[in-house]
Amino acid sequence: MEASRCLFCFDAPCTAACPTHIDVPRFIKKIATGNLRGSALTILDSNLLGLSCSRVCPVDVLCEGACVMHRYNKQPIEIGRLQRAAMDWFYAHNPSLPVAPENRAKRVACIGAGPASLACAAELRRRGYPAVIFDRNPLPGGLNTYGIAEYKLRPPDSLKEVELVRSMGVEFRLGVEAFAKIEAIECEFDAIFLGIGLGPTHRLGIPGEDLPGFIDALRFIADYKTSSIPVGRRVVVIGAGNTAIDAATAAKRLGAQEIHIVYRRGEAEMPAFEYEYEIAKLDGIVFHWWTQVKRIHGSESVESIECARPDGTIFNLACDMVIPAIGQSRLVDFLARCRGVEVREGRVVINRETGQTENRKYFAGGDCVNGGREVVDAAADGKRAGIGIAQWLEADHG
Amino acid sequence: MADLSTLFAGRIRCPNPFWLASGPPANCGDQVMRAFDAGWGGAVWKTLGEPIVNVSSRYSSVDLNGQRMMGLNNIELITDRPLDVNLREIGEVKKRYPHHAVIASLMVESRREAWHEIVRRSEDAGADGLELNFGCPHGMSERGMGSAVGQVPEYCAMITEWVKEVARTPVLVKLTPNITDIRRVARAARKGGADGLSAINTINSITGIDLDTFIPRPNVDGLSAHGGYCGPAVKPIALHMVQQIAVDPEVGLPVSGIGGISGWREAAEFLLLGCQSVQLCTAPMHWGFRIVEDMIDGLKNWMDEKGFRTVEDFRGLSLPRIQDWKDLNLNYKIVARIDPDTCIGCDLCYIACWDGAHQCIHIDGHASPESFAEASRRRIATTPIPKLDGVAENGSHKTPPERIPCVDEDECVGCNLCWLVCPVEDCISMERVETGLPAQSWEQRMESKC
Repeated sequence: MEASRCLFCFDAPCTAACPTHIDVPRFIKKIATGNLRGSALTILDSNLLGLSCSRVCPVDVLCEGACVMHRYNKQPIEIGRLQRAAMDWFYAHNPSLPVAPENRAKRVACIGAGPASLACAAELRRRGYPAVIFDRNPLPGGLNTYGIAEYKLRPPDSLKEVELVRSMGVEFRLGVEAFAKIEAIECEFDAIFLGIGLGPTHRLGIPGEDLPGFIDALRFIADYKTSSIPVGRRVVVIGAGNTAIDAATAAKRLGAQEIHIVYRRGEAEMPAFEYEYEIAKLDGIVFHWWTQVKRIHGSESVESIECARPDGTIFNLACDMVIPAIGQSRLVDFLARCRGVEVREGRVVINRETGQTENRKYFAGGDCVNGGREVVDAAADGKRAGIGIAQWLEADHG
Repeated sequence: MADLSTLFAGRIRCPNPFWLASGPPANCGDQVMRAFDAGWGGAVWKTLGEPIVNVSSRYSSVDLNGQRMMGLNNIELITDRPLDVNLREIGEVKKRYPHHAVIASLMVESRREAWHEIVRRSEDAGADGLELNFGCPHGMSERGMGSAVGQVPEYCAMITEWVKEVARTPVLVKLTPNITDIRRVARAARKGGADGLSAINTINSITGIDLDTFIPRPNVDGLSAHGGYCGPAVKPIALHMVQQIAVDPEVGLPVSGIGGISGWREAAEFLLLGCQSVQLCTAPMHWGFRIVEDMIDGLKNWMDEKGFRTVEDFRGLSLPRIQDWKDLNLNYKIVARIDPDTCIGCDLCYIACWDGAHQCIHIDGHASPESFAEASRRRIATTPIPKLDGVAENGSHKTPPERIPCVDEDECVGCNLCWLVCPVEDCISMERVETGLPAQSWEQRMESKC
């Protein structure tokens, strides 16, 4: 039994490595004793997004990477798999969490319905504060619902976590462009949490970007997960980060016959995690290293893409779909409307411990603060901000 | 190459000291012959007596962290096969395996004639020896047999005497551990004329309760009854009782050691405490007769390595090493030393010392485990992403120095707890430190004060 292999380290390195500091040995011990509800509550106490994190966390560089078993010439404890078991049990058995009565007069708005806001709002509800989550999309969950590869996290699982937060008394206002209503929100609420993530994928700035068959990676993944989308027969993905790989593997699932990844730098520089790369290779995806894209050809829609190698040779890849995945832009315009919130290099500047920005009424967390990391980082940011907001409202506002 | 051939009580010969204990593995002739083919040196037949009726189910166990049957409990009674059949099969086995030991375990009602008859018939069938089952703690004891006899020294002596009146082969008395002082019954057996002792029988037990039905195990149609406990978990208790009877001057009988033996290592331990043979039941029930191959092979290799030619060369060697507490040296001091190169930073020794011992293992810069853990909780951790962090991820799994505890040797009492909890072999060592004082026991210290 995997759970009984855990050494139950004191002040465990896995717990320290987890951005949300889940008490890993404690939840594993509870699995070993058959106390699955207790195990799940231990996880959710530290990380409300325990379900999605158990599926999407890069555990090799987090908890499992820190496991002392590595130094013992043994396989690390399969923490991710154990957490998944506890979370699956929890969500299959009337999931609910204790909340405090809504006895606080001060109200908090959370902008964006992704992991950071969910964690923040849940933390506020645990402390008796009413919280309202705004999102411009029709479905809540942010990138957990729209942006993570289907094989890792399906939208229904993301929505289970949203429902848990809703059951704690958090209100959702969906399909609302908070961007346009920020003044009204400022009036209505005593504190505002920005969990807005990043903007759309960067533009390439090359000819042919407007041709049909050219589609932003996040849009492509979102459509794949939440509606139906036609895929090309031959697909070229530009970029070699985790999102690029998610898009390429999604194209494969949708039936594309030939998939290329074009990356301007080499294999060693590739930002995708090692296991993501392995998955892509298993899917038979062809990688073109040190390759710049020059232009997209096509009369009515995408027909081929022109690429250049460092030695100047030019070649064309025939394709009917091009998916750029070269990183997300910053939501600078939106942030400019939040008066007094300091933004540096497109990222909101906060106090790391409390999430508070230069404008003390504003707090922030997640990708818009950290530049685009993992779900667990957003959950940790949201949690710290939720606690920070509650403490600030209590101390400063009575 | 070491020689394992065994002579028990001066009269029972067998190729090695490994016997099947009286129980399910020695239930019938076919099993015993297959066991002898696998390499077992002897077998104590499942207890003969008036055939009984058994219940179903009969066994239950205690598992530990995925290891099955650390302890086994049974409510099975003596043989449920007709006496004639068992005796005929004993004869067949002895005919085909003349050099192996076949001992008949016996239990009948407490009447002299009944005992005389079963002794005669067993010996006539060809048994090399007899084992009087005064130990079985369940079922039969309610009918005045088994441990009901073994718990009363006078009964034990009386029935042993009856048996000795007619027995021609060596008589072993199997002792129950369900008694305050096992030596009293062992002495009674000696008084009754026994030629040897078998110890220990199973320990009264209730292994556990089903938390859904509230019915203890084993479940017999909604009810359970206490059973007899055996298996690896009971070895320390068995070793202690064997040692007690082995050194008692009023006992002085050969002992066949039983209780928690599952391989050659445990067998060697019983032999080191003076046993002339050992008996196994749970282990062959768990793994089959084939385990005896490694018992023979492993014990021989160990004997070769230690320079022992026969079992007699090391039998009882550890007995003088067990004394009363009052004889131990109070001026002997050891301390724990942690090897920082092999420490994996689990800090189990640290919390064990703080919560369960003497607060002499420390983490640099922290006054208590609570402040150490609190510092970690306050630290902000993020997923390392090289593109954002501008540094390559650190792939090394070296233990961070701040997680390696250190021992305050002046405070360390040498209790061994940290060494026991450490999951890494040879990471913590208990090392002797010179106190500059001569050896002195508590008894000597008391005497010197007078």
